[in-house]
Amino acid sequence: MSTTTNTKYLIIGNSAGGIGAAEAIREVDGVGKITIISDEPYPAYSRPLISEYLAQPCPLEKMLYRKPDFYEVNGIQFVLGEKAVAINPAEHTVKLESGGLIKWRKLLLATGGTPIVPTMEGIELKGVFTFNRLDDAKAIDTFLNEYRSNVKAVVIGGGLIGVSVTEALVKRGVEVTIVEMKDYVLNTILDEEAAALEADALEQASVGIITGRTVAKINSQTAGEVGSVTLDDGRTLPADMVIIAIGVKPRLDLAAGTKIKTNRGIVVDRTMAASLPDIYACGDAAEAYDFVLGENRPTPVWPNAYEGGCAAGLNMAGKKTEYTGGTSMNALKYFGLNIVSAGLVNPPDDGYETIINRHNVTYRKVILKKGKLTGFAFAGDIEKSGIIYNLMKDGVNVDSFKQQLVADDFGLASLPESAWRSKLAKPSASAVPITAAEPEEEAVIGD
Amino acid sequence: MKKVYVNENVCMGCRLCEVYCLLKHAHTKDLIKAYKKESPRALPRVRVDESGIVSLSVRCEHCVDAPCVKACLTGALSRDPVTGLVTVDEERCIGCGTCALVCPLGVPKLDKAQKKMVKCDLCQDEEIPVCVANCPNEALVYMEEKPDTNPVVNYVNNN
Repeated sequence: MSTTTNTKYLIIGNSAGGIGAAEAIREVDGVGKITIISDEPYPAYSRPLISEYLAQPCPLEKMLYRKPDFYEVNGIQFVLGEKAVAINPAEHTVKLESGGLIKWRKLLLATGGTPIVPTMEGIELKGVFTFNRLDDAKAIDTFLNEYRSNVKAVVIGGGLIGVSVTEALVKRGVEVTIVEMKDYVLNTILDEEAAALEADALEQASVGIITGRTVAKINSQTAGEVGSVTLDDGRTLPADMVIIAIGVKPRLDLAAGTKIKTNRGIVVDRTMAASLPDIYACGDAAEAYDFVLGENRPTPVWPNAYEGGCAAGLNMAGKKTEYTGGTSMNALKYFGLNIVSAGLVNPPDDGYETIINRHNVTYRKVILKKGKLTGFAFAGDIEKSGIIYNLMKDGVNVDSFKQQLVADDFGLASLPESAWRSKLAKPSASAVPITAAEPEEEAVIGD
Repeated sequence: MKKVYVNENVCMGCRLCEVYCLLKHAHTKDLIKAYKKESPRALPRVRVDESGIVSLSVRCEHCVDAPCVKACLTGALSRDPVTGLVTVDEERCIGCGTCALVCPLGVPKLDKAQKKMVKCDLCQDEEIPVCVANCPNEALVYMEEKPDTNPVVNYVNNN
C-alpha cells in the first residue's frame, strides 16, 4: 500500500549540500516541515573522512558531520536508506522506491556525484572498488581483513580520490601503484610543480606512480577475483585489488526523467533554482556559479556544496539570496604535505601572469589576469592562503603589490592600507570596553 | 558577544601578544619552559603582521557568517549562537587546512605535530584574553558587542 506524506521542504541528499540547506531554512523558517531523504543508511557524515576511516576504522559517531541530535533539534524528518526514484514536477511529488509518495512545496536536489566507472574487461571481478561513500570504505576494509598480508593495489586515477584512497591503503600496509592517464597526478587541481611535490611525498611512501597510461583490462587468476591489470601499453601489473578513482560525475538520474534542464550538472541560476518552479539544486549534482570563470560549472568540492546548499535553503524559505559563488578549491594534507589550491592553477592561454616563490618544500604560486587573481597554489606553508583566496574572491586588483603575495613574510600588512582596513573589524558605536576588575587594595597594617 | 579589536596606531609590533598567547596554550605556566622545553612547542593563536611602520596583531574575529565554519569538511568548527565564539572540536579536526584557505585573515594555525588546527578561543578561563591583558600599549582592546541580530522568523506553517 502506498502512502502519501506532505512536507514543506523536501531535500534529496543528506551530505554537505542538503545539511547546508536545512540549516539555512531553519534560519528563516523555524517550523516549516523539512524532510531529508538519503539512500545511505547513515546520518550525515563527513565524506572526506572515509579515507581516515579506511586507514583506521572508527565508530560512525566520530565521523558525524553534525551532532547526533541534529535532526531532532532542527525538527527534520529524516528518511534514511530510502531512494527517490521519480520526480513529478507538476504534481510537486517525489516517488520513493518503497512505493511511498512525498508531496512537497519546495524541492532540493542535493544528490551529489556518482563515480565514473569505465566499461572494461574484468570490472565486475571481486576486488574492484570505487571510493566515494562510507560503504565503499567499509567494503575495502572487509576485503583487506580477509587478506592476510602483502596486498597489492592498483588505483586507477591519480586525482583527489585516488591519492586519498592511496594514503589510506598505504597506512594499511598495502603496496599501491597509481595509474594516471594524464602527465602528472592531481592534474585537475594542481599545477605541475605543486603536483611534483605531492608525487615526491607519494614516492617516499613507496607508492608507484605510472603516468600517461591507463588500465586497459583487469585480469583474474583465481576465477572471479582480481589477479592483475593490463595497461594500454601491454604491461601487466600484479594486483589483488583495483580502485576505480577516475572521477565523479553529477548524479542526474532523478532530473533525467523530467524537463529539468541539465548540462554536465543540473543547471541552476544564482539563487540555486533549477529550470522548473520550486525546484532547486546544489552540490556535486549541480552546475553552480564559479566566481573565477564568471560562469557556471561543476566544482565538486565540499565547501561549495555547503555554501550552495545554504543559498538554496534561504531561497526555498523565501529569503531571496544570491549564491556568491565558489570555485575549484582544495586543501590537501596527504603524506604530511600541506597543499592548497584554488581557481585556475593551469592558465589556459598566454593572457595570464604567473609569479612563483619556491625554496625547499615551500612553494607559492599566484596566477593573475589583468591585475586580478585567477588562481593560486601553495605547498608547505599554507597559512595565510585565505588572504589570497579572499582577494581573489573579492576581485581586488592586486597589481601594485602582486610580488608581495608570494613573499615569505606575506601577511595582512602587505596589503594596501585600504585593503587591510576593510578586513579588520572595527568596534561598533555601542561596543562597551571590558576591563579587568581592579584588584582589591591590600590593607595597610600598621605603619 | 565579546571581541578583541586592534588599534593599529599604537601597535609597535612587540609581539608580546604572541608570547603570552603561546604561554597560555602551553602545558607549563613558565615562559622559559614553554619556549625551550616543550616539544612540540605550543603555537600562538595570534599573529603580528608587519610591513614598514604598519604592524597588526591579527587573530580570529569570530565572524558572524564565519567562512571557516561553513567550509569545514568534518563539522569540527562551529559558532556558538549565544556567545558568538567560533571553536574547533579538536577530536573531529583532521588538520586539512580548508579553514586556512577560506579565512579572510588567514588566522587558522596548523599544529603539524598534532595534525590539528588551532585557533583563538578568547581565553575562556580568563576575564580578559591574555593578549589584551599584556599589551603594553593598549593597542588591543576587549569589548562587549550586542548579540547577533539573527531573528528566526517563524512562518505560519499550513502543513
